[in-house]
Amino acid sequence: MATPVLAVLVTMVAGGILFAFLGKPPIEAIRVIFWDPLFSEFAFYYRPQLLVKGAPLVLIAIGLSLGFRAGIWNIGAEGQYIIGALSGAGVALAFYPLDAWWIFPLMVLGGALGGFLWAMIPALLKVKFGTNEILVSLMLVYVAEKILASMSLGLLKNPEGYGFPGSRNLQQYPSAHNAEIFTGSGMHWGVAAALIAVIFAYILLNRHMLGFQIRLTGEAPRAARFAGVSPARLVLFCLGTAGALAGMAGMFEVSGPSGQVSIDFNVGYGFTAIIVAFLGRLHPIGILLAGALMALTYIGGEIAQSKLGMPSAAIQVFQGMLLFFLLALDMLTHFRLRLAAKGVA
Amino acid sequence: MDLSAINPFLLLCAILVSATPLLFAAVGELVVEKSGVLNLGVEGMMITGAICGFAISVNTGSPWMGLLAAAGGGAVLSLLFALLTQVAMANQVASGLSLTLFGLGLSALIGQGYQGIKPPEFPTFGVVVAEATAERAALVARLDILVFAAIALTAAVWAFLKYSRAGLILRAVGESHDAAHALGYKVVRIRVLAILFGGACAGLGGAYISLIRVPQWTEGMTAGIGWIALALVVFANWKPWRALLGAWLFGGVNVLQLNLQAAGVDIPAEYLGMAPYVITIIALVIMSSDRSGAPASIGRPFHASS
Repeated sequence: MATPVLAVLVTMVAGGILFAFLGKPPIEAIRVIFWDPLFSEFAFYYRPQLLVKGAPLVLIAIGLSLGFRAGIWNIGAEGQYIIGALSGAGVALAFYPLDAWWIFPLMVLGGALGGFLWAMIPALLKVKFGTNEILVSLMLVYVAEKILASMSLGLLKNPEGYGFPGSRNLQQYPSAHNAEIFTGSGMHWGVAAALIAVIFAYILLNRHMLGFQIRLTGEAPRAARFAGVSPARLVLFCLGTAGALAGMAGMFEVSGPSGQVSIDFNVGYGFTAIIVAFLGRLHPIGILLAGALMALTYIGGEIAQSKLGMPSAAIQVFQGMLLFFLLALDMLTHFRLRLAAKGVA
Repeated sequence: MDLSAINPFLLLCAILVSATPLLFAAVGELVVEKSGVLNLGVEGMMITGAICGFAISVNTGSPWMGLLAAAGGGAVLSLLFALLTQVAMANQVASGLSLTLFGLGLSALIGQGYQGIKPPEFPTFGVVVAEATAERAALVARLDILVFAAIALTAAVWAFLKYSRAGLILRAVGESHDAAHALGYKVVRIRVLAILFGGACAGLGGAYISLIRVPQWTEGMTAGIGWIALALVVFANWKPWRALLGAWLFGGVNVLQLNLQAAGVDIPAEYLGMAPYVITIIALVIMSSDRSGAPASIGRPFHASS
């Protein structure tokens, strides 16, 4: 439990050193990133952003954590996110400009299905041929990015967009708009979905046979096999769930905060979610907290960018460092540090 | 569509150039994996090498210094991985991923202010493919010494693993670290050295892209080549010569899709651009049944006490 907190603190120190090297005041930079979004005078504007940025991270990380626990490494969530967004937006644009209550739920299903099917590619290849799911799921991210480019230039392009790439803006299509549930709170349907996912994951892992099998497979694969756990079923379930959740995250993003399918629609949530999953100790509640923290660094990073002229890549490095220190500090849970004089054994 | 515009010899040279970064990274990773370590940070080390090499060669004016810096940068980053996995005994998959995420961020940070600059020209030699005629200028394919260095490195790694005593020890560590440890070999030290070698190779491969093949710096310019290199090791069944063959195959696919794009084939550029990734997946599927060359201890942590 203590390691993630310690990792965050160590990263803050190391980050401060990094910022000092970049010629930025380190203490102020850390304060701008971690304090200002929550408690500065403009915090009313930033706090809703916390939900907007945190929701996709939590939603994706919850899905990933199931697989990571069982030793199933889906690192292609970014691709599943893109495909989910494309299929969700595709459903909406297919019905445009029809006004009906069922369009948005259908989009959610479409997004989940898109991500699910995209994740089924590595899952089925793993089950059928034993192909490495790490590499396949990652390769599919690049394929998804190409599809995204093709869609925003072709099939989904806004016919009234004066030839610019990108789809119609779904924010201006009420039936498809993932609007805020409470105005000004940042709370859109994706946030609700993320919270539901946390609860379901918690129940699954603690109260359900399947959750037990996931944990067993991760901790003692041989014992799991003797206990009759079907590895193939777990691969399909973990990758499928992760894909569906990532696809939903993409769909909520495209129909809400982002609004449209465009070439640079994806911003790396699928990869940052990997950090979130580990930082949250692969535990649903932990992931919720880690997602909030990571969202904070995104927002704080943006503030630091405009206030201090901090390069956006600095935040990326910061997030990478966090995972580094977390993994390194894990040693403390495996071993106990003891100061001892070096003598003859 | 005019396919006759594609000259076969020119194509061959382009394939050699396209395969070189992949080959560097894959051969390096092959040695790492033979020692029983799975380093998924190849992409991160490549892109770090790409920017380190680029920045140093721009600042010193010497492409050779750039290559040296690239190998150094890749190795330093891989040292972090070595510390995590060999000393702190962290999960290798997670550590490798963190290396890639960190490397991508770090390279973007270093690379600010290097965008749009041309690096000092790397000495290449032209191979005249077709003499100048009245209608067109002479066709010249450009090759460079690193294309051959990568092939020489493949041969060296092959000979090292097959014939040298050190290579035998490295393989022993990869097959069974407990047995190697019992025989008195320093498992951790050997693995750290292998990881450093892999990092240096990946860095060189990255620098080849930013200094010679493109030559320019853009964020995320390795575009998954590090991951394809990882796939290539599986495809090659952990055999150096097959890695060379695989690199040519992937280089070929890449060059072909670029040529088809240039020739104006009736397929959108985005779909042609998918080809290298889709081919990688297909190759992985075909090869996934045969893992005879895979080191038995790959990915498993080792501690002398166990």
